[in-house]
Amino acid sequence: MDYARPTELEEALGLLWARRWTIIAGGTDFYPALGAGPLKDDVLDINGLSALQGIAETEEHFVIGARTSWSALLRAPLPPAFDMLKQAAREVGSVQIQNTGTVAGNLCNASPAADGVPPLLALDAEVALSSAEGTRHLPLSAFILGNREIARAPHELVTAIRVPKASAAGRSSFVKLGARRYLVISIAMAAARLVLDGRQVAEVAIAVGSCSAVAQRLSALEARLKGADAAALPPLIDAYDFPELTPIDDVRGTAAYRRQAAREIVMRAVAGLLDAAGQGGLAA
Amino acid sequence: MSGMRLRLSFEVNGNPVEADVSPLQRLSSVLRDELGLTGTKVGCDAGDCGACSVLVDGELVCACLVPAANVSGRRVRTVEGLSNGSLSALQESFLRHGAAQCGICTPGVLVSAAILLERNPAPSEQEVQDALGGVLCRCTGYRKIIEAVMNANGSVAVDAALIEVGAAVGASPIRLDGLRKVTGAEIFGADERPADALSVAVVRSPHWHAAFEIGDTDAFVAAHPGIVAVFTAADIPGENRFGVIPPFADQPALAEGRARFRGEAVALIAGERAPIEALDLGEFPISWHELPHALTPDEARREGFPDLHEGRAGNLLTQGFVECGDPEAAIEDAFATVTGSIETSYVEHAYIEPEAGFAMMEGDTLVIKACTQAPFMDRDDTAKVLGLPPEKVRIVPLAAGGGFGSKLDVSLQPLVGLVALKTGRPAAIVYTRGDSMRSTTKRHPASMRAMIGADAAGRVAGMVFEGDFNTGAYASWGPTVANRVPVHASGPYLTPNFRATGRAIHTNGPISGAFRGFGVPQATIMQEMLYDRLAEKLGHDRLDFRILNALVDGDRTTCGQVLAGVGIRQCLEALRPHWARAGAEAVAFNAKDGTIRRGIGVASCWYGCGNTALPNPSTIRVGVTASGAVMLHQGAVDIGQGSNTVVAQICADAAGLPLSAFQLVGGDTALTPDAGKTSASRQTYVSGKAAEKAGRALRERILRFANVSDAAEMSIEDGALVIREGAVRRRIALAEIGADAFGYAFSAEETYDPPTTALDAKGQGVPYAVYGYGAQLVELEVDIALGTVKLVRIIAAHDVGRAINPLLAEGQIEGGIAQGIGLALMEEYVPGRTENLHDYLIPTIGDVPPIETILVEVPDPEGPFGAKGLGEHVLIPTAPAILNAIRHATGAEIARVPATPSRILEAIRAREETR
Repeated sequence: MDYARPTELEEALGLLWARRWTIIAGGTDFYPALGAGPLKDDVLDINGLSALQGIAETEEHFVIGARTSWSALLRAPLPPAFDMLKQAAREVGSVQIQNTGTVAGNLCNASPAADGVPPLLALDAEVALSSAEGTRHLPLSAFILGNREIARAPHELVTAIRVPKASAAGRSSFVKLGARRYLVISIAMAAARLVLDGRQVAEVAIAVGSCSAVAQRLSALEARLKGADAAALPPLIDAYDFPELTPIDDVRGTAAYRRQAAREIVMRAVAGLLDAAGQGGLAA
Repeated sequence: MSGMRLRLSFEVNGNPVEADVSPLQRLSSVLRDELGLTGTKVGCDAGDCGACSVLVDGELVCACLVPAANVSGRRVRTVEGLSNGSLSALQESFLRHGAAQCGICTPGVLVSAAILLERNPAPSEQEVQDALGGVLCRCTGYRKIIEAVMNANGSVAVDAALIEVGAAVGASPIRLDGLRKVTGAEIFGADERPADALSVAVVRSPHWHAAFEIGDTDAFVAAHPGIVAVFTAADIPGENRFGVIPPFADQPALAEGRARFRGEAVALIAGERAPIEALDLGEFPISWHELPHALTPDEARREGFPDLHEGRAGNLLTQGFVECGDPEAAIEDAFATVTGSIETSYVEHAYIEPEAGFAMMEGDTLVIKACTQAPFMDRDDTAKVLGLPPEKVRIVPLAAGGGFGSKLDVSLQPLVGLVALKTGRPAAIVYTRGDSMRSTTKRHPASMRAMIGADAAGRVAGMVFEGDFNTGAYASWGPTVANRVPVHASGPYLTPNFRATGRAIHTNGPISGAFRGFGVPQATIMQEMLYDRLAEKLGHDRLDFRILNALVDGDRTTCGQVLAGVGIRQCLEALRPHWARAGAEAVAFNAKDGTIRRGIGVASCWYGCGNTALPNPSTIRVGVTASGAVMLHQGAVDIGQGSNTVVAQICADAAGLPLSAFQLVGGDTALTPDAGKTSASRQTYVSGKAAEKAGRALRERILRFANVSDAAEMSIEDGALVIREGAVRRRIALAEIGADAFGYAFSAEETYDPPTTALDAKGQGVPYAVYGYGAQLVELEVDIALGTVKLVRIIAAHDVGRAINPLLAEGQIEGGIAQGIGLALMEEYVPGRTENLHDYLIPTIGDVPPIETILVEVPDPEGPFGAKGLGEHVLIPTAPAILNAIRHATGAEIARVPATPSRILEAIRAREETR
């Protein structure tokens, strides 16, 4: 086993170019995955890369550095479109996990129940993958390919998540359904972002997690809701059949339950935004 | 971890430290193994339990998930840093509120709470929950933790020194072993390890049922530097067969050619610590041949499925049976009858401390220091397996970080014992969370059917109950469950015609053993759910129906035992005003007709204390030293429930000596007589009674020496006993009195064994000398669109006979309720799938609602100072009361627990379809 803790990104990318490494950032998925067995892989520790820390703003994007923890995200001043991501942040594991686990790591771990994925899908997030050859950006939906499967090539490093400013519009809300109050893996979860023009839906983004191998944007539902009057949303959601979802039976719940629950929590996530819009309050 | 090393410099609790570590070594391991700061506990190594919570530069983290390299140059604070010479206000508050029971989670809770209070000195309850949501506690039910952090008023403990002579019983002194639990100084199984100890890795079966052959272990040892030896069943010098109930002993310490369950130990690899930690068990030379397996009783009893154990035909381990009157005729003639069935799941004890300990040779005596609930049983079983006389094995219990029944069975004791015996070197094991969950016992999954009939006046006329209990691959406590269930299946209600059968059936599932209630919590779910339906059929109020049928003094149980000191009616009646209030609130709430429906439910318990119809003695010794200390040889292992304090309180008042003079001598089998196992809610009653007798005998001895009557008062002043009776004042200089046989100036040792009788073929007799009673009222809300449950409040009325220590009694009640909540709503151990604490869910601090405790005191004629047992009673009513409240709220009939959102929604939909 080899170990490296570079302090410069270039050095890290050089190491990745040379051979295969297991990457550790927050460690909240790294250590549990070890189990009791010995560590055999070579490990690239990116915790020395200060360039990957923090949240920045560019002309076009909000950029979440790959080492940004959930707690750092919670503390960052971000527009209400990020409220759903912050609500998810509060539900990731515990405070202990939020203080160390990273948003980017949540995507790289690619669990079907990753709390960060539905909100970031609903923000049209992109993943920045850097290598010695340069940086490419993949839409999040193209980055996570399946259960625990991502599009990162072995020589690449996820350096950031970026959210287009155009998508950081409107209000947002996140609903997580679990069998206990804290420290829970979701049975189902929904994230919704809504831009209202008066009473009319100008823009809408909805994603559901834990009901398919990878969390899904509900594009067909979005298409039906766009342009509709706010009052018409609940019946439209009620009538939708959620073809994007392919839930399974597992220890947390049955597939049939997940289908029913998904409809309900999407309804609640959207309804929460309508209420908040009506009252002029914050959904968060 | 091998590979490169790092010279790590950082600050711990204000002091600069350096350690030579692997850069990826977990911070928890750096603190504990390199720096000796064992106050930080390890419960899961996966961030699921929060026991290892520490602060890094003021941020709360799980130390098990932090690489050593990340703390270079940073400031770490642990529980050891919370007190600065004296206890912090928070630690003091934890002691006074009884917020620490076993103490294994306490360091993580304290650190989490400390940073909260530094940032927010007056947090709301919600803020406390949010801050502590990442730390699991299995003992307290969290309510006293919340009170302690908020420094709320309410019942608080006092210093033992402030308690007058003769007033210890009924007072709530700060628990005598409390201080070391809030400072991190308590030594649990994994906190002590001789420097030269070998580490032991256990090779376990990955299959449900498989034959195996072990290959060339010499070559394996030779190929692995640092590995010292491999041991298999062939190396076991004694009888390779242990079990908590000797006639049923059937479990090999290391399997002999065939493993009957996934997780069974088949071989030991002993070696130096680092090589063992770096070992890949996949390299061990063993070949497996899978055999057909059965995971449910139905599969195990199917035609042609072979018996797991010779002589147990049809995989029936044993059967318990109780019958009185003519139940069929009574049900036939009944005015109203109900029938039903329900299934329950495997439930994992999920104590936060995985099994841990070590063995070493002291001369020709094998000394084993480990967490346990039953030191003498450990001694006898280990001696048998290792071919040693019992007196050549000494068990020194280290603190148990929770037990709840599973640490009654030996786990690692014969394994480390074997290695120490064979190698002559100390040998240590710390189970991983996965090994703990895979290899140790569970609550029996039950499949139960029952029928109950009542007459027109609403009196229960007859009941028939049948329950199949999946007892897993080995006997463990299966016979106890099979026998306890029929005795208790009527609930604490007069049932003149009755038949109950409890079967323990072997499968290749995890071993089911003892878990708080021995099957009675499962059976009570069946009975109490049917009581609700019967009351409804009769048109009776559900609480009134129970009060009408509650046992009273002079009634006969289904075993024919005539009871005295019965307090169930008083418990139910204590709930009456709450029932009326909560019922009205539910009606008002539901008038809104929303997605959230309010419901209320009630259920009772009764529970016999001590072994069922078997001897169950405890012996307690107490002595006064030459310097005036009162040494209490208290072998009733305190696994958090409080026996160290309660037994001392009883002894103090029986002796008429001040509690503050008492010092505890722990459950070391070389120093302390056998006070039996911490099980069956027997310690307050049985060991308490022995302590009462010992205290009285000591008093009599002293008073006779002083030639005064029993009216005399004693005190201890400067190494002397001072005795006053009227004008007489005698001063006995203790140092001038020669030592007695136990080495004391005065001492006494007494044994108490509950007066029970064996049960006949129909289960008739006196199975227990003392019963405890209780009833709980649950108020909850069900989200009928999602099937989720929010508990609003639980009111618990328990007849404890005499509350020896009211604060500890409350702690037992709150903790038991939390486990009942888990049983009802979320806990389902699926073998092979939930072997960790994120797939296996136990309640968090946000899942336990406010609990109001009502202590009812109907003195028991037999118990010490009238006391009855409580430890298991407390979780029995919770699950049925929750399920009854869910049904009240929604009409949903739950067919299988836990009632997960998925199952509740399904039951709601099924109900809607039949409407």
